[in-house]
Amino acid sequence: MLSPVRPDAPVNSDQALLDALQRASFDYFLRHANPDNGLIADTSAPGSHASIAASGMGLAVYLVGVERGFMTRADAAQRTLALLRFLKESEQSDAATATGVYGLYYHFLEMETGRRAWASELSTIDTALLFAGILAAAAYFDGDASAEQEIRALADALYRRADWHWAMNGSAMVKHGWKPESGFLNYGWEGYSEAIILYALGLGSPTHPLPPPSYREWTATFQWENLYGWELLYSGPLFIHQFSHLWLDFRCIQDQFMREKRCDYFENSRRASYVQQHYAILNPKQWTGYSRHCWGISAGEGPGFVTRRQGSLERRHFDYTARGLPYGPDDGTLAPWAVAASLPFAPEIVLPALHFMSDVYPQMKDGEKRLRSFNPSFSADGDAQGWVAEHAVAIEQAPIVLMIENFRSGLLWRVLGHCEPLATGLRRAGFRGGWL
Amino acid sequence: MNASEHGAANARRALAQAAERSAAKLRANVRPAAWSNPAPSGRYNLVVIGGGTAGLIGASIVATLGGKVALIEREALGGDCLNTGCVPSKAIIRSSRICAELRDAYMLGVESGSAHADFAAVMERMRRIQARISQKDSASRLQALGVDVYFGRAHFTGKDTLDVDGRCLRFRRALIAAGSHPVIPGIEGLVAAGYLNNETVFDLAQLPRRLLVVGGGPLGCELAQAFHRLGSHVTIVQREPQFLPQEERDAAQILSEALARDGLAIHLNTEVVKVTRSGDERTAHMVCAGKESTVTVDEVVAGAGRAPNVDGLELKAANVDYDGERGVTVDDFLRTSNPRIYAAGDIIEDSRYTHMAEATARIAVQNALFFGRKRLSALTVPWCTYTDPEIAHVGMYTREARKRGIPVKTFTIPMNDVDRAIADGEEEGFVKVTIKDGTDRILGATIVARHAGEMINEITLAMVAGVGFKTLSNVIHTYPTQAEAIRHAADAYQRTRLTPLLKRLTTRWLAWNK
Repeated sequence: MLSPVRPDAPVNSDQALLDALQRASFDYFLRHANPDNGLIADTSAPGSHASIAASGMGLAVYLVGVERGFMTRADAAQRTLALLRFLKESEQSDAATATGVYGLYYHFLEMETGRRAWASELSTIDTALLFAGILAAAAYFDGDASAEQEIRALADALYRRADWHWAMNGSAMVKHGWKPESGFLNYGWEGYSEAIILYALGLGSPTHPLPPPSYREWTATFQWENLYGWELLYSGPLFIHQFSHLWLDFRCIQDQFMREKRCDYFENSRRASYVQQHYAILNPKQWTGYSRHCWGISAGEGPGFVTRRQGSLERRHFDYTARGLPYGPDDGTLAPWAVAASLPFAPEIVLPALHFMSDVYPQMKDGEKRLRSFNPSFSADGDAQGWVAEHAVAIEQAPIVLMIENFRSGLLWRVLGHCEPLATGLRRAGFRGGWL
Repeated sequence: MNASEHGAANARRALAQAAERSAAKLRANVRPAAWSNPAPSGRYNLVVIGGGTAGLIGASIVATLGGKVALIEREALGGDCLNTGCVPSKAIIRSSRICAELRDAYMLGVESGSAHADFAAVMERMRRIQARISQKDSASRLQALGVDVYFGRAHFTGKDTLDVDGRCLRFRRALIAAGSHPVIPGIEGLVAAGYLNNETVFDLAQLPRRLLVVGGGPLGCELAQAFHRLGSHVTIVQREPQFLPQEERDAAQILSEALARDGLAIHLNTEVVKVTRSGDERTAHMVCAGKESTVTVDEVVAGAGRAPNVDGLELKAANVDYDGERGVTVDDFLRTSNPRIYAAGDIIEDSRYTHMAEATARIAVQNALFFGRKRLSALTVPWCTYTDPEIAHVGMYTREARKRGIPVKTFTIPMNDVDRAIADGEEEGFVKVTIKDGTDRILGATIVARHAGEMINEITLAMVAGVGFKTLSNVIHTYPTQAEAIRHAADAYQRTRLTPLLKRLTTRWLAWNK
């Protein structure tokens, strides 16, 4: 077992809470996987398509499962192999129903066939989250067993095949995505986002690397703000401050931007967690429940596009959207999974919040005890419980598993700390110090 | 016709007559029918081509100082601002705001019933306001100031001469302020189907039931929101992933939310590729990431930017360099390639705001006639998009500063943390002030607020006067006002100056002084 990253180990009730949350979320990846191709369903809804980001996160979740004794190493290796073999063999072409092109992958795939679903885009960030999982698996499975050797070989081949440079389309930064019907999407990565992991993977590629200026070009769009008295690299939704941290330990490593600000991305995410708590205390829209122990605004499902009048208040609710603060959208929907994913950054506010929310809003856990988004302000048909997401979402469940583990043992951070391409990518991005 | 219908018809007739009276008054001010051009005598200190904002300011300054000045206008004095731009649009926006306020009155505890705009009355008010404001720009007022006003087409005939409908004018200096015109969008079928631009939209006699606005820049967003609030069902299509692409992402996002809340149909990242017409209806064919869709409307407003009015001026005859798209080429002192001739306003690139027209005219006149060395690049220029909430900006954007290697820090105050904004129920938006890190020098600011256009002036003043951010913290603001957000931001800056060492010292001092 890896040594804990924090000497101040949580008390037993905290351990019990974290155990339960981690196990419940872990189980999603057993229940909603296709054992034949290793793909993970985007949500627990019947008939859900697979998400490549979820599939990549799933690979990392298996590693936690092995370390926690939830599954055997051999089982994890077999599940990993199923996905890697599928990714290697599936169609890579510009056909509209292929699985990917240029070694990158479509955002959503059909669960059974693995072909492109929903006419989705070839997604650079979701491909990056997939590859982060692939490289984590390759770094973890370091044994001589044939399955583990095959995992490493396949991971290397897949990573070498991915053409990150193509995804720039001749521009200064990586594009969001591409569609066979219309070409590159009109979006680029502008402003701080979860894309550090994308750039680290792209810059570290031994075959099709992103040019280092692309990272500087991206960070030139960052905005360092003083908000509610906290100085931080601002971004509204909480998940943005977490997704790159699922994989990489940003404590004490700095790129040029953070060197200038005498900060690091880990500390930045800590501050972002506090800003979330502060906003909930202020509660400018006067939503039900928001408090110092009840916060967490992030992208995700919501009650639906409904506008209601409550006395002199207009109550607007949304469906799936990138909720954020302080400018919104904020419709009273809270994402407890995102609170859990802030655990390594600010356990002193996250643990009380998880206890409080579990006690006061038990409905936020589904029948499998998994956390799901909820909105206590949205009271449909007199339902005092408010709205609760009907289905679990894979990319919300995985951060719970991974960040609880990173808090407890630093597993993913340690494993990927030994991943040379990622270290190379970070160095090319200008990161120095700490474990690098 | 019953009594009620009779009364309504009478009211409509009265409105139409009032609108026509206002239009006649406007014409009498800005293009009097019986005007006869003066006979030129001797050389002018300054000849101004164009009677828009830049031309009017330039001519008025010289006349006030006792110079001999001529102003030539080919259409109507007042330019785009008075006739087809700022004035009519802001009059309509005001009416549309009241519609939204009535709609939302219940949030302030007031039951107002449904708001209904009488479009004819809105347009009549707009024309009345144009007529009233046009007095300031009238030919008779200019004449009284001592300006020789010529109506007609001007073209250069030499380095120091020009012709106005057969009359030769000699000048010591000339100021080209001929303005700009809307560019015809290159959308297949649009011209044949018929469309409105940001000028002709103010000629509408009836409110279109369904309106398509193509383009999500400042003008498109303002018009789209205003017409929707007045009762049109508006669809707005923007090729870029966000509205106002030059503005901060947060500002554009707040605007998107505001338009969505108003109920506009929003199509971002979408291109209108073709427009067809069937009877009175127009159908726009759109493509978004490869997906095709259509929308059928009664009118289409489309713009593709503005082009400088350089045609017909015979600029080559005066050795003035120009570009058909970018306009007249000027140096930082607004001097053209002919040292006798200067340019100001829309006809030069990067100067397409009314207040920029005014500012550049002042610089040009000073440099042309009074040995001035004022530079265009030294101007601190604020601007505002008059949507609700308004989006105002001055100075440098953070991304600009970072690309230039300037370390910056931004102080943000959400409007939902400002007492007056909360009391007013106007909590959407923010004040963001960007300073050079390690100093209190203000580099720029973006304000999104109900009255951001008014608030930004405080920051502009501070920047022009060289007042540091620290000082704004000491400026007493009336309480409660929304502009207090600026002081709150300055206070946040002051708090960052409290270093741990300083805090230890003050703590000790206070402990000792108990």
